[in-house]
Amino acid sequence: MANDVWVYIEHKDGDITPMSFELLGIGKQLADGFGSSVCAFVIGDKVDDLAKEAGAFGATKVYAVEGDVFKGFRGEAYAKAAAFLLEKYKPEIALFRATSMGTDVAAAAAAQLGFGLCTDTIGLAVDGGKVKMTRAAFGGNYSVSVVNEKAAPQIATVRPKAFAMGAKDASKSAEVVKESFALADADLATKVVEFIKSATAVNLVEADIIVSGGRGLGSDAGFAMLQELADLLGGAVGASRAAVDSEWIPYEHQVGQTGKTVKPKIYIACGISGAIQHLAGMRTSDCIVAINKDPDAPIFKAASFGIVGDYKEIVPKMIEKFKGKLNK
Amino acid sequence: MKIAVCLKQVPDTEAEIKWDIPKGTLSRDGMDSITNPFDEFALEEALLTKENYDGEIVAISMGPEGAADVLRNALALTVDEVALCTDDAFAGSDTYSTAYVLAAAIKKAGDVDVVFTGKQSTDGNSGVVAAELAAVLGFAPLTYVSKVRSIDAAGKKIVVERAIEGGTEVIEAKLPAVVSVIKGINEPRLPNLMGIRKASKIEIPKWSAGDLGVDAGKVGAAGASTKVVEIAVPPPRGAGEILKGEIEEIANTITDKLIDLKVIK
Repeated sequence: MANDVWVYIEHKDGDITPMSFELLGIGKQLADGFGSSVCAFVIGDKVDDLAKEAGAFGATKVYAVEGDVFKGFRGEAYAKAAAFLLEKYKPEIALFRATSMGTDVAAAAAAQLGFGLCTDTIGLAVDGGKVKMTRAAFGGNYSVSVVNEKAAPQIATVRPKAFAMGAKDASKSAEVVKESFALADADLATKVVEFIKSATAVNLVEADIIVSGGRGLGSDAGFAMLQELADLLGGAVGASRAAVDSEWIPYEHQVGQTGKTVKPKIYIACGISGAIQHLAGMRTSDCIVAINKDPDAPIFKAASFGIVGDYKEIVPKMIEKFKGKLNK
Repeated sequence: MKIAVCLKQVPDTEAEIKWDIPKGTLSRDGMDSITNPFDEFALEEALLTKENYDGEIVAISMGPEGAADVLRNALALTVDEVALCTDDAFAGSDTYSTAYVLAAAIKKAGDVDVVFTGKQSTDGNSGVVAAELAAVLGFAPLTYVSKVRSIDAAGKKIVVERAIEGGTEVIEAKLPAVVSVIKGINEPRLPNLMGIRKASKIEIPKWSAGDLGVDAGKVGAAGASTKVVEIAVPPPRGAGEILKGEIEEIANTITDKLIDLKVIK
């Protein structure tokens, strides 16, 4: 239907996590607002398992493009197929996750269709027959809401974890519509030669818990302590720009304006003063714990819980207490 | 080889941003401007490419007349040509309109083999213009690049590494290509005094909508498909609680509170 809400199902070579389906939750809400359906769209070399799972997470219909050319992940090929599907069905809105994979596909598909998109969306609501998309601007000091009047469909990338996941019901299934879209290797300018898995496998964007360190750590040794706490809690280690620029930890850990934007359930900031550039990357976290020696550090204004003190004394104590309470 | 680099002027990242909410525009009064930090890596990569493979660099910016400053800085770092896409009609462009104008400028610059851009700007933060630009130009899209392994201009081939979730992807692509680079791909150099002095005397060429032959209906506020309907100041985070007492007691309280959130497994 013309005002259906479409959700792009992100995967890498068929590898999915529940997060691949997270946008079906907000998609359903929007579809209810229009009295329409939430549909998934998937592109890959084998899509049946993905389609089945999308049905269980609430998609009523799954549109799919399948072909050998989509093996692995090739943004260029996926964007062409996505543009083809969106052009053909013109749903009300298409939602993608604001990850590197989702953003590449969304941006290139929108450009092929000839219009813009809203990126890193944190608010979505039906308003006047259109979806109003809200994003943070200038370090989260402002929020800007936009409507893309000319676009059919509107396209948005959505900040991971900005909306609650839909419930999974394995008894539910979706109708699968497979579309043929011919695309040859010769039509593509890019080829994936290899994928080198990161040894540390930092995935800040997906982490529910982040333990982050800044200039106040004083040295790279501080990060070993934060890593221990993060490992204990099943979380990831983040860092401020100051810590990355001091070469205490690689750039892939950086949170903030020139790093990653994250929205974990728990963000523990150790020795981070809370410059606006850092806050821009983490201020929408659900619970922020700030540990800093300086009682006037701006991080305390953003914190749910503040601890004025030396992380070197507090973090080991927290590790000790967690070990006892979590039986680890 | 012809190398293009796209540079954006942005408010200083240290500056406090004030928005004129009723007007829906940025209050630029007294605000310092800089080259988008990510674009400094793009410019350095262009300079390294020129040094390693020979070629010439054209630096392109789009913005108000004041954006000529970022091009002057590029000239001081010895890029060969610059062009400022500036026209009242461009004001209010969205990401697609921006990509459309930059694409026209790259075509006008002629037979470009590789376009370097930063991963995103620190003001708009959308991070999509590079992918849009590649789509509009029909160039190979190479985003989030952490290393350029090799460029073979004669064989029209480039090999890069991309930093994406979970690891590094090695991609081989046909030229021409758009390469968006991440922070840390290189160490941007600073211009020397002589370069700055020389650059200060060079006239910056300006390209208008007419010069670029772009469709006025597709650029600026008129062409932007995304319309801003509301600008708001989000409610401040609720006042936090400062935990006081002995370390033992604080650690006990905070671990209880975090466990109560039922997030830790």
